[in-house]
Amino acid sequence: MTPSASRAAKSSRRRAKSSQSARVPPDLRLDLEALGEKILKLSGADETEVEINLGTDALTRFANNTIHQNVAEQTLHISVRAVVDGRTARASTNKTDPESLRHIVSAAAQLARNQPRNPDLLPMLASQKYAKVSRFSPATAGTTPQIRAREVVKVCRLAEKAKQTSAGIFSSGHSQSLLMNSEGLLARYEQTRAEFSVTMLEENSSGWAKATSFDIREIDPVALAESASRKAATSRNPRELAPDHYTAILEPAAVLDLVGFLFYDFAGTAIRDKLSCLTGRLGKKLFSDSITLWDDVYHPLQLGEPFDGEGVPRQKILLIDRGVPKNLAYSRATAKKMKAKPTGHGFALPNEHGEAPTNLVWSGGDKSIDDMVASTERGVLVTRLWYIRDVDPYKKILTGMTRDGTFLVENGRIAGGIRNFRFNQSVMEMLANVEMLGPAVRSSGEESFDMVVPAMKVKNFHFSEATKF
Amino acid sequence: MQDCANWALETAKRRGATYADARVMDIRIRDISTKNGEVGTLAESESLGIGIRVIANGSWGFASTDRLTREGVQACAAEAVAIAKASALAKREDVALAPEAAYVDTWQNPFLKDPFRIPVERQIDLLLAADKEMRRVKGVTVAEGSMCFRRIEQLFASTAGSSIHQIKMQSGAGIVALSFAGSEIQKRSYPNSFGGQHMLAGYELVESLDLLRHAPRIAEESVALHSAAQCPEGQRTLILDSSQLGLQVHESIGHPIELDRVLGMEANFAGMSFLTIDKLRKLQYGSEIVNVVADARLEHGPGLGTFAYDDEGVPAQCTPIISDGLFTGYLTSRDTAAAIGEKRSGGTMRCESWNRLPMIRMTNISLNPGAWSYDHLVADSDDAILMETNRSWSIDDRRYHFQFSTEIGWEIKSGKKYRMLKNPSYSGITTEFWNSCDAICSRDHWTLWGTPNCGKGQPMQTMGTGHGASPARFRNVKIGAAFAK
Repeated sequence: MTPSASRAAKSSRRRAKSSQSARVPPDLRLDLEALGEKILKLSGADETEVEINLGTDALTRFANNTIHQNVAEQTLHISVRAVVDGRTARASTNKTDPESLRHIVSAAAQLARNQPRNPDLLPMLASQKYAKVSRFSPATAGTTPQIRAREVVKVCRLAEKAKQTSAGIFSSGHSQSLLMNSEGLLARYEQTRAEFSVTMLEENSSGWAKATSFDIREIDPVALAESASRKAATSRNPRELAPDHYTAILEPAAVLDLVGFLFYDFAGTAIRDKLSCLTGRLGKKLFSDSITLWDDVYHPLQLGEPFDGEGVPRQKILLIDRGVPKNLAYSRATAKKMKAKPTGHGFALPNEHGEAPTNLVWSGGDKSIDDMVASTERGVLVTRLWYIRDVDPYKKILTGMTRDGTFLVENGRIAGGIRNFRFNQSVMEMLANVEMLGPAVRSSGEESFDMVVPAMKVKNFHFSEATKF
Repeated sequence: MQDCANWALETAKRRGATYADARVMDIRIRDISTKNGEVGTLAESESLGIGIRVIANGSWGFASTDRLTREGVQACAAEAVAIAKASALAKREDVALAPEAAYVDTWQNPFLKDPFRIPVERQIDLLLAADKEMRRVKGVTVAEGSMCFRRIEQLFASTAGSSIHQIKMQSGAGIVALSFAGSEIQKRSYPNSFGGQHMLAGYELVESLDLLRHAPRIAEESVALHSAAQCPEGQRTLILDSSQLGLQVHESIGHPIELDRVLGMEANFAGMSFLTIDKLRKLQYGSEIVNVVADARLEHGPGLGTFAYDDEGVPAQCTPIISDGLFTGYLTSRDTAAAIGEKRSGGTMRCESWNRLPMIRMTNISLNPGAWSYDHLVADSDDAILMETNRSWSIDDRRYHFQFSTEIGWEIKSGKKYRMLKNPSYSGITTEFWNSCDAICSRDHWTLWGTPNCGKGQPMQTMGTGHGASPARFRNVKIGAAFAK
């Protein structure tokens, strides 16, 4: 089907408005909707879906107190999904010439024909209504290599003054995405994103800090570098502590990288496939009363599109209610199989994974890290974690290392740095052992996606071995 | 491609670059996956663009674009130069490159069957047939299969006069059986985890794997693991199969020898390395039977780290990394080689795609075969644990302390496989572990494994690496820490 005349007229008005916008950099003036409509017209499939992503990203990387990598990219991704006689497949390109567009349209249809019918395939969605989210910052979109370099120079100078070595990144980017199909669905999203992370190193210690936001003005590289610098200085000459079960004070980035491993456990498909740690456990009290978890793309500290891979509007879902896992995320197909309602968390089709919540928002508390330290007789304060992997997917035992700022806490005070630990810890047990929560903040690690998460004080955390630094 | 590269180099020079190189890459990918009798992913993609790297004012700059008009490429080259000049604001010293000759060449890896010319229907049929075989076994809750094919055509050109055209064809396939029972999820993969085996090869690789023959075995093992004994804890003799040993090489040798890590360039993300410069040609990395090479040449085998030239135009080489147990070499690039006074780059710079900067990546980092037959190795082991097929892997950010677990283990008593073990794991310190190696099987048991998912860099790049290994034995290894209470 081709778009209706009224929708075409509306989209023309939107295009006219968009082309007058001064905030859009020249490289992003490609008219996504016109391109999408052009592709839909080329298709002879029963149903056709077009996804287009357009972006610019730039990243300044520094180490040894100097910039050593500095990159920029422009990318366009055009993806076509065709449905032919109850079968579906996808073809993608970054070329916009007519021949290439015709090729991906026919390639998607041809791939679709060469497989068995899919009894679970649902008709494509018609037009949907989406809540507005505003995640565009002109300041971020307009960030230049010179702006990033000037901030990096300040951080390098700060490191030199402290007789430390800095390494990190400062990045900025701007992306637009569009999803439309032959049944009249049209979803658009625009976002900017900035990130700064820094590691400050001394001879035998290090500290780390990181922040992300859609608005680069929310990020203070020097303040982050100062925080990392203090950690490196405080953890100087680390002592070796015997591996054992300790009370752990986990800063938000460390919590994030652990609890992020739970995200797919809340997928309806994971429950159907018996791959979730929640199989047979939904509705049971598993975690501390203080643990409540939402998936909420509309939260002011979250980023991301308000629609899923098929264009279903994302819903806010209560995943854990005061320690009890309550609800799951569902794509359309999974929802039908499990007699539930789609929640707007499906991945782009075709795929074998179904869906997952990716905008996690954890409940917080009112305790500061200082409160947690002051209340701890003997424990370990962890800045961040590294190389986390599943050991047992049903007990949800994870292994990994502490990194860049691990401290011994004794008698309510930080007693100094300690050598990094390996842990083997069930996240399920960890969330049952929570003693204190900090305020939930937007946080970012390296093992999981960004989320809104608090610092946690947990008892009986299993640090199983120590490394040499 | 050559026109685009020329536009880029001319513009970069005109804007003030003292050196520039350009990579035009055209990448085609086909991904197929099945799960429980249904097709999961079925997708093809193509991506064409140019990445331009320059030195201006003594600093690096890089920009990329998929707008391959003259105007688009020239704007991209100008941006790369502007970025380099911005980098120079935080410069401590000018970038220096180890010398390298200019090359004009063309190369394509040999393969028998173009996987993109094999009908998709035939590829799906094979995966669904293997899926059916796995699900015949009672207790299997999920059966999965996958194939991935990648054709990378690229032109490298530099202001030094190089123009190198390469085409690389990669294929990969594998199957997985999962079984949930009681309070455990058990898993078996064939021929390896991470999507199976991946090589620089055509569809003949998939045919050689004989997925249908192995499907019932891994399905039965995934169910049998539920009633197997738990892997014990303690210090034991350990035998690793070649696929797990390949990953052990990757994590505890391949990453720490990356010279950019050693020099601190990855400190904020991937980490650094315990292999500081003072350890070169001095550290006893392993026992005297341990010999490891970084070999990107085709004669080493069709690995994911095989090519004719790296992504800064340096020919493929074989670098001795560990020689009779002694640490003898790093993975280097032109700028890092110059930084430590080496005369030439080892040729290990690679990029994921046209929109990524080349960086030091493993090529084929392989443990050379020893002299033992596999049967002799097992028969010679009185009390040992054999571990097969990786399930979990983790190592600290300087590559000292690691912990691995595998899908299946076997207790060996008096030289014979005695019983199956579930949830096997082992851990240790890199150099202590490699120094405990006392037996390595022969070339008859040596396989060049492909690891398709190695992540490094910011922005993150995923790269395929190759790792040859044959089963080997290690003494006095810590076993079972992952499940210790």
